[in-house]
Amino acid sequence: MQFQSRHFGSVAVATPTGRLDHSAAADFEKSLLPLAAETQTSGLVIDFAAVDYISSVGLRVLMLFAKAARTRKARIAAVTLQPIVAEVFAISRFDSVFEMFPTVRDALAAMSPDALAAYDASMAGQR
Amino acid sequence: MRGARFWGTRGSLPVALDAAGVRTKLKAALRGASGRTFASDADLDAYVDGLPFDVGSTFGGNTSCVELLTGEREYVVCDLGSGVRPFGQAAIARHGPAAPQTYHVFVSHVHWDHIMGLPFFGPAYIPGNRLVFYGGHENLEAALRRQMEPPSFPVTFDVFRAAIDFVHLAPDVTHDVAGMRVTLKRQHHAGDSYGYRFEKDGRTIVYSTDSEHQLTEPGELVAFTEFFRDADLVIFDAMYSLAEATSVKADWGHSSNIVGVELCQAAKVKELCLFHHEPALDDAALAKMLAETRRFEEITRGGAPLRISAAYDGLEIRL
Repeated sequence: MQFQSRHFGSVAVATPTGRLDHSAAADFEKSLLPLAAETQTSGLVIDFAAVDYISSVGLRVLMLFAKAARTRKARIAAVTLQPIVAEVFAISRFDSVFEMFPTVRDALAAMSPDALAAYDASMAGQR
Repeated sequence: MRGARFWGTRGSLPVALDAAGVRTKLKAALRGASGRTFASDADLDAYVDGLPFDVGSTFGGNTSCVELLTGEREYVVCDLGSGVRPFGQAAIARHGPAAPQTYHVFVSHVHWDHIMGLPFFGPAYIPGNRLVFYGGHENLEAALRRQMEPPSFPVTFDVFRAAIDFVHLAPDVTHDVAGMRVTLKRQHHAGDSYGYRFEKDGRTIVYSTDSEHQLTEPGELVAFTEFFRDADLVIFDAMYSLAEATSVKADWGHSSNIVGVELCQAAKVKELCLFHHEPALDDAALAKMLAETRRFEEITRGGAPLRISAAYDGLEIRL
């Protein structure tokens, strides 16, 4: 499991990679939970584009993340889910725990104008 | 071991199909029959048999009671939920009240929904019958007696005329009971519950209800995988969605369909039966959960397929 995070304005975007199963859960938890504790962010987005699968243990980490974010009223979103991961979210009802968006940009647009502007500027800089 | 017959499958509280529920089913069935003619009862039966389960039938509402079909003359049953009442009535109807029978009763724990049927268990009132209650709880007899004390019930436990014995079974060791090898495992639930692994004639049934798998201890998952190992049938507490079981209903002592599939796949179980249904879920919701669980098994399958069923009052599973 690999993990990256970026900040766009007041929103943090986490990007895990690979399978979020028993073997990856501890590292995933260690990487993800500190983001939920950041007091300067008002929104937290997890980009699942590079996640092939998530098991119950990986979902448990997401629930810990969601609980921590809720304590400080931060919005949480899951985006760019591959079809299998989207099915697991639906069957486990985690699609009612997170706000669901097709893309990172859609989530940022819903959460914060300043985050969207920062994201668009970042993308323009990469062209 | 030949199979299992389900007399009560609901968790926490008995429920009944109400008038609105019957009306919804009737409308759906009539809508499907529009323009069709039925020349005979056989035609009607064929039509009803072809309806989706949640339209043509119901999961039912009695609380936990599962009969094990051991192939022996003596009865074996798990838990004394309200489903033990129709179980007892069926046994009396089969043999008549004058033919003495022996009932081996394995109790997962003494929460109300798992013992509430005993005062209505007809065979307990018949002289000549023999009841043997097994469990891992030291307070099993006290709990069964207490629910029949004033002011909660009009007659006490001592009104029973069957011969009654209590046998404490220690967990994690194998016991020879009623021609079976029986192993108990302590489970995470308020006041503890015990799962049972029953082995006979090379076939295995695991009865594991009221058990929360918190996913925090790798050792716990390994231990339950071994407890379920190679079972022909695992009857599993799938009361909540995983999201509920890890959030608002964490520490309520119940599990999810997702965890059931993962454990049974790891243990190479042949069939997982979803059990201890949430009383708030209607037939349509339970049918949806069954379909989703089958899909989850399909997308996570790494070896042989795991059969998935959802228990209903009256279901019989043959191994």
